[in-house]
Amino acid sequence: MKRVDAGAHPREGRSGARGVVVRGLSGGYEPGRDALSEVSFAAEPGQIVGVLGPNGGGKTTLFRALLGELPIRRGEVELPGGPAYVPQTERARLDFPVSALDVVLMGAYARTPWFRRIARRDRDAARAVLERIGLADEADASFGALSGGQRQRVLIGRALLQDAPVLLLDEPLSGVDGVSAARIDALFAELRAERRTLLVATHDVRQAGEWDRVLCLHGRQVDYGRPAAVLSPETLRETYGAELIVLEGGGRAVGVGHHAH
Amino acid sequence: MLSWLTEPFASPIVQRALVELLILSLACGPLGVWVLLYRDAYAAESMSHGMLPGLVVAALAGAPLLLGAVAGVLVAATAIALVARDQRLGADVGVAICVSTLFGLGGMLALSPASPPRLQELLFGDLLGIGGGDVAVAGALAGGVALALLAGHRSLALVGFDRGSAPSLGARPLRWELALLAVLAVTTVAAVQGLGNLLLVALVLAPATAALSLARRLAAALALSVALSALAGTAGLLLSFHLEVAAGASVAACAVAMALLALLVPAGRLSH
Repeated sequence: MKRVDAGAHPREGRSGARGVVVRGLSGGYEPGRDALSEVSFAAEPGQIVGVLGPNGGGKTTLFRALLGELPIRRGEVELPGGPAYVPQTERARLDFPVSALDVVLMGAYARTPWFRRIARRDRDAARAVLERIGLADEADASFGALSGGQRQRVLIGRALLQDAPVLLLDEPLSGVDGVSAARIDALFAELRAERRTLLVATHDVRQAGEWDRVLCLHGRQVDYGRPAAVLSPETLRETYGAELIVLEGGGRAVGVGHHAH
Repeated sequence: MLSWLTEPFASPIVQRALVELLILSLACGPLGVWVLLYRDAYAAESMSHGMLPGLVVAALAGAPLLLGAVAGVLVAATAIALVARDQRLGADVGVAICVSTLFGLGGMLALSPASPPRLQELLFGDLLGIGGGDVAVAGALAGGVALALLAGHRSLALVGFDRGSAPSLGARPLRWELALLAVLAVTTVAAVQGLGNLLLVALVLAPATAALSLARRLAAALALSVALSALAGTAGLLLSFHLEVAAGASVAACAVAMALLALLVPAGRLSH
């Protein structure tokens, strides 16, 4: 697969005003068994894309492909720079001896040679990030001692310090407390204003309806476009299969009673 | 009191043993912390036990112990890697089978009537029989280990903390997991002369266990582990001299006692 990473460094890459372009992407983990096929979409800088689909529907596979980590890929992916990835909080170790500040600083590791201290600029930036995610007072707290929502914010903070033009977030709002959810929502608005592109995997159709674009996956691309156009009962039924309960509201589907957990 | 502390170290034999232990602390201390964080403790034990046939063959052939250790570790690692791939067994069972087989094979060779009576030395090391050349070799290996862990510090932290995100942050998980096992193998080879293949695991795992239960930050845990490992070495030699017990066993006992004491301290007590 051709993978075009234009705009070598993310710091300079944003002014180029290029988003994410995917053409005919297929691939998976074993030869002959695609986990995802025929995905084609374009997201502009400053757009938030809600990625919907059942468990095993290809959301994670798409992220792996965009990160360049999928073993088998066909098709084309254009990115303005290396994407940052924000996992679900339970993917990070709770018993690892790191503070909130330590975790945010990991966002600067890739640009720090092993024999150097982390640059002053990055250390200041990490403090600013903690401020931004509302955890300045928890800088020295152990990561494992934070609440689930706070841990999610710290992992987003790590991606913020990476300063990537594209962010891939895996269910960032599932199971977080109200304060954290509000803070994450506000951060999304700021990142959108900074002209970054966000792909957010979610089970919450109502939430995706408030974003700029929606991508529906079910092993293949079911639909992509503006929420008003995509979130029809038919499309959602095709995306989620039989698990779907659609609540009608104002002429379009606004909620899905899908809880795979 | 002072002479109780200094008297043992008047002899050049004990001095060499102390230098050897302090050098090993530089490698074993930080390595143990990473091994525990990567949940590789079982691999550490397996590797050092599985190399016994290599040590015995070297002893029988009159070859340098170091050579036998290298060959033993390579054979053990290869056998474990091959057996662990068998889906029917699972990695743990595979490792257990390999290690028991190799350890048994080593014992059989060592206890045959033709063998010189050196099994004890292979199992428990010979701290007080260490020569200047042995110290130099251990120093070179331990220095390499410490440097490798320092160079890989940030990548190891990325992979250990959040394996799935590590590639996007600049570290390939498989590469660093294998690198840690390689460093573990080198440390095993470096420490076997002094501590033997049964006791060296104590100097890798026990101070690190104590350090991780006392410190809340990675850098603090690594530094504390080196300090505790050196302390266990020194205290072990003192005990061994005054109580007239085996040196390696005393060092291991001191390290394990420290780990037990540290586990009794409430979590994070010394972190601020």
